[in-house]
Amino acid sequence: MRLIGFIIVCICGGLLLYGTSEFPDWGDPASPASTHLSNDYIEKAFDQTQVPNLVTAVLADYRGFDTMFETAVVFCAGLACLLLLRDYSRKKERFYRHVPTGVILQVKHPEKKLPVGTEFEYMDKDWVPSDLIIKNVCRILIPFIQIYALYVVAHGDFSPGGGFQGGVIFGSSLILLAISYNLRTLVQRVKEKALGILCALGVLVYVGIGALCMPLGGNFLDYSALTRIIPWDPHHIRAYGMLGVEIGVGIAVMAVMVVIYINIASEGRHDEGL
Amino acid sequence: MNTYPALLIVAPLLAALFTGIFVWIEERLCYPIAVLGMLISSFSAYKILMAVLSAGVIHYRHAGWAPPMGIEYRIDTLNAMVLLLITLIALINLVASYKTILVETPDRSGSFITIYLLFVVGLLGVTATGDLFNLYVLLEITSLTSYAQIGLGDKDRGPLASLNYVFIGVIGASFYLLGVGYLYIKTGSLNMMDVATIISTMHDSNTVLVAFILCMIGVWIKMALFPLHVWLPNAYSYAPTAVARVVAPLMTKVMVYVMVRLMITVFGFDYIFSTLDLSAAVVWLATIAILAGGLMALAQKDLKKMLAYIIVSEIGYMVGGAWLGNTTGMTGTILHILNDAVMTFALFLAVGNMIYVCGHVGFDNLKGLFGRMPWTMGGFVLAAFSIIGVPPTCGFFSKWYLVLGAFEAGAYHFAAALIISSLICAILFFRIFEIGFFPEPSDGDDHAHAHHEPAVMVEAPVSMLVPLGLVSLSLIIVGLYSGTIVNTIILPMLQ
Amino acid sequence: MSETLALIIGKYNYWLYIILMMIGLYAMIVKNNLIKKLVGMNIFQTAIILFYVSIGYKTHATIPIIKDSGHGDGHGGGHAVIHAADYINPLPHVLMLTAIVVSVATFGVAMALAVRVYQRYQTLEEDEIRMRLTEE
Repeated sequence: MRLIGFIIVCICGGLLLYGTSEFPDWGDPASPASTHLSNDYIEKAFDQTQVPNLVTAVLADYRGFDTMFETAVVFCAGLACLLLLRDYSRKKERFYRHVPTGVILQVKHPEKKLPVGTEFEYMDKDWVPSDLIIKNVCRILIPFIQIYALYVVAHGDFSPGGGFQGGVIFGSSLILLAISYNLRTLVQRVKEKALGILCALGVLVYVGIGALCMPLGGNFLDYSALTRIIPWDPHHIRAYGMLGVEIGVGIAVMAVMVVIYINIASEGRHDEGL
Repeated sequence: MNTYPALLIVAPLLAALFTGIFVWIEERLCYPIAVLGMLISSFSAYKILMAVLSAGVIHYRHAGWAPPMGIEYRIDTLNAMVLLLITLIALINLVASYKTILVETPDRSGSFITIYLLFVVGLLGVTATGDLFNLYVLLEITSLTSYAQIGLGDKDRGPLASLNYVFIGVIGASFYLLGVGYLYIKTGSLNMMDVATIISTMHDSNTVLVAFILCMIGVWIKMALFPLHVWLPNAYSYAPTAVARVVAPLMTKVMVYVMVRLMITVFGFDYIFSTLDLSAAVVWLATIAILAGGLMALAQKDLKKMLAYIIVSEIGYMVGGAWLGNTTGMTGTILHILNDAVMTFALFLAVGNMIYVCGHVGFDNLKGLFGRMPWTMGGFVLAAFSIIGVPPTCGFFSKWYLVLGAFEAGAYHFAAALIISSLICAILFFRIFEIGFFPEPSDGDDHAHAHHEPAVMVEAPVSMLVPLGLVSLSLIIVGLYSGTIVNTIILPMLQ
Repeated sequence: MSETLALIIGKYNYWLYIILMMIGLYAMIVKNNLIKKLVGMNIFQTAIILFYVSIGYKTHATIPIIKDSGHGDGHGGGHAVIHAADYINPLPHVLMLTAIVVSVATFGVAMALAVRVYQRYQTLEEDEIRMRLTEE
């Protein structure tokens, strides 16, 4: 197997190397890739869309149709994890700590539960509770991470950033909550139902803005048609259209990140895990 | 008229998102929304086909930008035909699979429908697009959803089969992406027509050659051409019924479409058959694929696995026909995309009904099936005849074009492989028929007669039988209208 | 000699991506552990991203965000003329943003499938899984 693998790798590598022989030099400003379309984008995009970050302009406007499906890919991934892993059956055994004495109880019957409150505390089977410093530092840090995420989404038109990046940052702040406390805290704060709806809703915001342009007389995703209902000049409306879809992307990515994390970490049981 | 190309793909996408939301609120609404989305999509596909036939190629600019800068849908007769095929098969399967979805994924049927719709969206997008990179993104949606759907199948083997499919699928898609990258570095464009005009002046470039090879290998992996087919049999036979019935007829056929599209539109016949001299080698490869697929099918003891290997063999037909290098062969291939999709769909619909009733379809479990499920077996027989290539059914006509094309190109080995493959299919299916008749031989294969012992008859529900009946009949109708299809849809596109 | 050197220096990014990609492909073909295969898959996809981003690079150019765009006055009028040579090509970056998302999504689904495989067979070694399958 090793030999076969090595031969395949050599053949593929050779083929790819053979193809590179005619490549323009790295960083050559006169290469076809840097002249054919790229110049049009660089010189016209700002005038046409009023978005200085050209990557955002190309991403959300010229090739907005690609990006819509990219968001759909993210949605697919979240849904796929949910479909494949979600396990609605009760776990067999649970562990509780009796808070005043520190005695640990194991309940084997899947239906029986102890009243969780001041007296008993539900605990993970093989997860050491995090210590005070970590919990508190994360508690203070998380709101700032989330505000930063919102900034990255909102400022995607002017600086590096955008819906995907902001969504990932927001999602990771929630994952940090799960890591520093435990998975149940996250699941209690952010309900599975809300996450499931947000996954689809984020993509729906994107597709909805695109579809809204059609009855207004434009092509699909042609934001300039939105001037019929929002009286802004047709160049600026493109920038606002992009902001709208980026927010949709951010919502979808955030929700999907958390869904994937929860499902993989707890093998779909949503009770305890990494 | 203008909005149909967008509606075609946005309707199922919106339906998918609404089902994704209603899963959490009111799960019963999911199924009607999905059917509605597919109905709108089918209607748009029909309108597009009519418009293309009367007015020529349709261009649709997404986001309103002109082609090389924006993404454009460019729909000619070939796309339009495949689009209509996809929407109709997906719609009919959705109707036919209502009960199997509830049985096989009881606690997550809503999410399942969502992912099914996204799969259809991916297929439609791959077919309609005129942009090389957009094709990759949609291809990934299709793959990702099919990984998830296949993983939901057989509890023991499904996830493993799916994971192996992931590895191979990623290699295939990445090779395609690399090919696009190699084209991009030479041309600076991603639009198919634009790339085609630019590379027509650089036929001797070895970067373009490598790009071509990479794209072809990527697409061949995705369509499971013979040495690269290892993922297909397990993936298809362990998938849930509702998925197998739509993945098997559509996934590979859409990939064949992508190959044909790349050959015709992007690289051009001149480049492939005049500048390069690969045609003979690929036709040999296809010949081997046909024979190997047939032989491996002979060794199977499970109906689903057997059909999966027949698909591997059919892929050989289409690749070989496309690479013969003449119009007749290409006509055969394109006609076979249509016919094979319908035939495979009919077969898998019948198999789905059998699974719904009998549980599994190992050969030992099929005994006396003609007595128990006469209608299902009737459809199965018709589809089997079509695969073998018996004249009034559509399978005969595309095979006829392929054989003619093979003779025209002097590829007698390919023609021989086609005929041998027909014989192998005949053996395969008559063995099934024999098993089906085994306990109590009844009079002839005329399924329409009521059987003597109604007590043992356990047919599938009507909602599953009617689609099967429709599709089986369409096998004959498509066959009878083959001439019209070739003259109005395929030939104008090839000239 | 100096010509070969120039060739190597001129294209070393493309050579690096091929090496990286082949490492990933080798891991995907040869490795026995499914998670190692997944890691190989990720390396493989990342190599493609390196390739595309290399296409986008231009010497003496900066990131594609227009400077002095005149935002803030509300209309964006009166900004300086934009020279294409000053900014690198935005298109490959857009494409790779998509490719990154796709590879993350694929990785997530593959991980979910690996968890399912582990739940069923209690192992992620391919040969052990194959042994289990033949035993049954």
